[in-house]
Amino acid sequence: MDGSLIPTTCPYCGVGCGVLATPGGVVRGDPAHPANRGRLCSKGAALGETTGLEGRLLHPMVNGKRASWEAALDAAAEGFRRALAQHGPEGVALYVSGQLLTEDYYAANKFTKGFLGTGNIDSNSRLCMASAVAGHRRAFGEDLVPGVYEDLEQADLLVLVGSNLAWCHPVLHQRVLAAKALRPQMRLVVVDPRRTASCEAADLHLALRPGSDVALFAGLLVHLGRAGFTIPDALRQELDVPALTGLEPAQLATFHHWFTGTERVVTLWSQGTNQSSSGTDKANAIINCHLATGRIGRPGMGPFSVTGQPNAMGGREVGALANMLAGHLDAEKPEEVAALRDFWQAPNLATKPGLKAVELFRAAEEGRIGAMWVMATNPAVSLPDSAQVRRALARIPTLILSDCHAGSDTAEHAQILLPALGWGEKDGTVTNSERVISRQRGFLPAPGEAKPDWWIIAQVAQRLGWGEHFAWPNAAAIFREHAAVTELARPAPRVFDLGGLADLSDAEYEALAPTQWPVPRPGSGIGAARGGRITPPLQRLVPTPFRPPSHQGDMILLTGRLRDQWHTMTRTGRVPRLMQHAHEPVLTVNPADAAGLTEGGLVRVASEWGEAVLRLALDPATPRNACFAPMHWTDQLAPRARINTAVTPATDPISGQPELKHTPVTLTPFAVRWHGFVLARRALGTQLADWCTVAPAAEGVTRHELAGQDAAPFERLAQALGEGPPTIALHAEATGEHRAAWLRDGQLIAAIFLGPDHALPPREWLISLFAEARIGSAARHALLAGMLPDGPPPSPTLCACHGVSAATIRAAIEAGAGDVTAIGAATCAGTGCGSCKPELAALLAMAPA
Amino acid sequence: MSQRVLVIGAGPAGTRCAIRAAAQGAQVTLCGAEAALPYDRVALSSLLAGEKTLPDLIPHDLRGLHAQGVAFRPATPVVALDRAAGAAVTARGERIAYDRAVIATGSRAIRLPVPGADLPGVLTYRTLDDVRAMLRAARGGGAAVVVGGGLLGLEAAAGLAQRGMKVTVLHPVEWPMERQLDAGAGGLLTRRMGQRGIRFAMPAQLAAIEGEGRVTGVVLADGKRLPASIVVMAVGIRPDTALAAASGLATGRGIQVDAAMRSNDPAILAIGECAELEGRTIGLVAPALEQAEIAAATLSGQSAHYAPRADAAALKVSGTAVWSAGEIAGEGVTLRDEEEDRYRRLFLREDRLVGAVLYGDVSDSGFYLNLIASGRRIGRHAAALALGPAYAQELA
Repeated sequence: MDGSLIPTTCPYCGVGCGVLATPGGVVRGDPAHPANRGRLCSKGAALGETTGLEGRLLHPMVNGKRASWEAALDAAAEGFRRALAQHGPEGVALYVSGQLLTEDYYAANKFTKGFLGTGNIDSNSRLCMASAVAGHRRAFGEDLVPGVYEDLEQADLLVLVGSNLAWCHPVLHQRVLAAKALRPQMRLVVVDPRRTASCEAADLHLALRPGSDVALFAGLLVHLGRAGFTIPDALRQELDVPALTGLEPAQLATFHHWFTGTERVVTLWSQGTNQSSSGTDKANAIINCHLATGRIGRPGMGPFSVTGQPNAMGGREVGALANMLAGHLDAEKPEEVAALRDFWQAPNLATKPGLKAVELFRAAEEGRIGAMWVMATNPAVSLPDSAQVRRALARIPTLILSDCHAGSDTAEHAQILLPALGWGEKDGTVTNSERVISRQRGFLPAPGEAKPDWWIIAQVAQRLGWGEHFAWPNAAAIFREHAAVTELARPAPRVFDLGGLADLSDAEYEALAPTQWPVPRPGSGIGAARGGRITPPLQRLVPTPFRPPSHQGDMILLTGRLRDQWHTMTRTGRVPRLMQHAHEPVLTVNPADAAGLTEGGLVRVASEWGEAVLRLALDPATPRNACFAPMHWTDQLAPRARINTAVTPATDPISGQPELKHTPVTLTPFAVRWHGFVLARRALGTQLADWCTVAPAAEGVTRHELAGQDAAPFERLAQALGEGPPTIALHAEATGEHRAAWLRDGQLIAAIFLGPDHALPPREWLISLFAEARIGSAARHALLAGMLPDGPPPSPTLCACHGVSAATIRAAIEAGAGDVTAIGAATCAGTGCGSCKPELAALLAMAPA
Repeated sequence: MSQRVLVIGAGPAGTRCAIRAAAQGAQVTLCGAEAALPYDRVALSSLLAGEKTLPDLIPHDLRGLHAQGVAFRPATPVVALDRAAGAAVTARGERIAYDRAVIATGSRAIRLPVPGADLPGVLTYRTLDDVRAMLRAARGGGAAVVVGGGLLGLEAAAGLAQRGMKVTVLHPVEWPMERQLDAGAGGLLTRRMGQRGIRFAMPAQLAAIEGEGRVTGVVLADGKRLPASIVVMAVGIRPDTALAAASGLATGRGIQVDAAMRSNDPAILAIGECAELEGRTIGLVAPALEQAEIAAATLSGQSAHYAPRADAAALKVSGTAVWSAGEIAGEGVTLRDEEEDRYRRLFLREDRLVGAVLYGDVSDSGFYLNLIASGRRIGRHAAALALGPAYAQELA
């Protein structure tokens, strides 16, 4: 291996791919990492483009002013001190993130539960896989993912439930596709209300009614009982599964037949299952089918929860959720609580569960939280009913935010901003969805005054008088302490054991290769074997009585991810090629449900809790009576399109996970007088119009999509642009069309296009003109037309790696490319990260035979 | 014996009609009031600016006219028509008999009736003699005031500036050439001429011309004074109907004619700027020449009809191509290129193109003229229309 390449781990999804990085920004897949064997998805492949310092928080801020670390840490400690005095331990809280490294997570959990003395530490993982955790704990007594990624390749039947694996865990999806290509008898079933990209390779798509998963799997369990598997009577639910799920009996029969008759079956689920008011029951309904058939802990078998975040698993391991303790120790077991209290020397150790995310922000809105410390997450955007969350944030007397980014929606409410190290700078470990612990290594210098999160926590702890308990010299020391916690109160049936890593030297920690837990201390003779599959020692079938979603309606809003975006886009939103796949927030609706709405126009998505406005796209792949919106957009990029403003705050009664994928809404046109866009060499902010989205369009070019209700926007926008009068301009007063371009030394520096409706020229060609050295006389009319007189019609970019448009791919198909490989050979599309392959397959499927 | 045709007026329309009628076999006499051979009046500005010499302006010498069957009579103003006798009476009292007469007396330049308007050094800009007088005055350099910012005024201003004079244009409207240009194009033109040292007083009214025996300056209505060694009045033209009116022909603003260019006396035709058809007179050379062709056809007994077209004016002002057509007012589409000094303005009414101004780049004039003439519907995206036929292909 090239010595200058530093092995580290991708900071995006829960697959936890190994990457090789250099300070110069080169990032490629690590062939030696077991998760990806060198593969990367479009997001991972663009990591090198996200490490710039633009938008970074580089020094502490207090009350909007730059402050020294001393002053900021003093202020944070004082805030906690005051809140503790006024409200007691119940009045302070941490809200942390699956973006934290395990060591940071451990420090945060110890600080909160051990020393603040409250269970009020919850994580954005609550939004991601709390239902899976709860399901695991109900079934296994412990939060265990029994399987390994190889099982996905070795299965003869892979069932994806509420998982758009193709977009959300692309490298796993590619591993599955590669295995299926080698073994065509392998079957893939996708259970999802939407026809997602993951359905392209599926043998069966069960487009069930949103929220009916429990009925599907309870029905499967009954069928398994009829087929001869032993099912407790208490779990035999007599349900009208076709009526509840909306699935054809024939489809159900096929699914039942395949599942019953296939020994090697993996059921993989993700947020589509978890983010539900019955998420925990869904998880157990799935697990039940595997326990009833004994298909668990063996090659190619098992229930498999994959996480959305790079270190959700690490957070679960350290116990940094309000209803967990630490190191899989159980707050219900006095001997385990006592062991931890002694180990931490923490007499105030919290033993009661704290407030889970939604409850926590409700308490904050009621004035019951005096100090909150948010780390590496953006609750103002990501939590449901976000208007309520913003009211809560505004009410907290001391709101502290540690983050890499200066301008998050949450930062606007915080009094104290603490600059944290980001990916490529910080140093520690993460755990992926198959329990593999990998090192995230720093390969970039710490920017500005940014510090590791654990250091910041330790400094505040010190100011509160607990310094000796947080006096770690480095991340390795924290890891050793975390590993030691997993050895407490043994012997015990707990599988999670890192005893074998508790004595790592700093050098061994530094060099730690990807390691799958459990890792018992050699010779301890306890726990499971090292690494590999887990057969849970405790296996319980859990009754899952079917409950419909908490709110019903004729039009159900589903939310989810986009292929090339990550969370609130603080990183991916800066990469032009990642923004091309979906450059603005779009609501997708089935054409049959779009009466009164205009495709390409703006649609208001309104619920009992709030509303958002998005561009409307019609897609027959979206089920009837449902619509889909991406979750990513924030105030920083598209203030009117924050979909969580409209999302119900209903939660699962057991896991507390919000129901992010089932909100009854109404769709109405968003009336505006004008639509438009501004292309400029810099971002002009999101306040240009009533509806405004900002996205990087190309190197040094920012795209603003606009719509507004004011009467004469052109002059106002030209003024906001600040480049003086336009070089060329076209105005049609009667129709309200305004098009103008600014040139300097022949180069395009800005363009404003406004019109009475959304039918404006396509932007892609105009954006490409920004790279031209000179706009000649002849091109000027074309510039204002937004097209060449005889140019090809514009076409969306499908392959982000090679910038290949749908039109180019269609042309290759017409020219005879008959499969994804042939398209790759002809156009390069799909030959980079491969994340677009499902979309290539969809185009192939649409082509006339 | 062939028909005797008398053409009165040796401007472009009269000369053209005379040559055509002669070619058809008529015995043609062409009387010009000026002493010069028929010359290209449109090119006078080039002569003034020094871009052309006098011979360049004279397409036909005397021998050439004779060779084409035209008997040319220079310096022969016709003062009366004896319609009953079929004879014209010249200023010298000579009678010229005709079977058919064609009046092509054109227009006279208007002279504003302000104090001092008759001082030496106050000129109009219409004839070769006017240009000669201007050239004489320009030799001494100094300041000139051009009254009127229409096409002629601007051409006079550009020519005088070219000849080294310091020129100020007085114009009563905020921008020049307001009949052909909208404010946008007018502003560009003002700026462009300003770069050549020509100043504008707009809006401004001439109150008086000052001088003791010769012009020394002008006084504006607001009291402001400008020095001037010459003043050129370019405030407009009036169709010259004096002969027709004196001869009892029907006149309005011009000599009233039918589409065959006949006056109310079928023996007498009128063409060019002095003619009025359906209440409208013309002011440009292209329709005047077309009327000359129609009149020649009528004289030879053919049935020909002049169809007034959308008024299209293709001009070259101070080196800049300008084209306008139709109605120059109301709502519309503006296309402006500051760097390349190009400008377009389209005027729309009820989804139809009714007028257009092109400045700097007149290449798409035919497209717009056709759209104005055809009255085709534009459709909802009017803006693209200003980018030219390549971007409005369904209309091209």
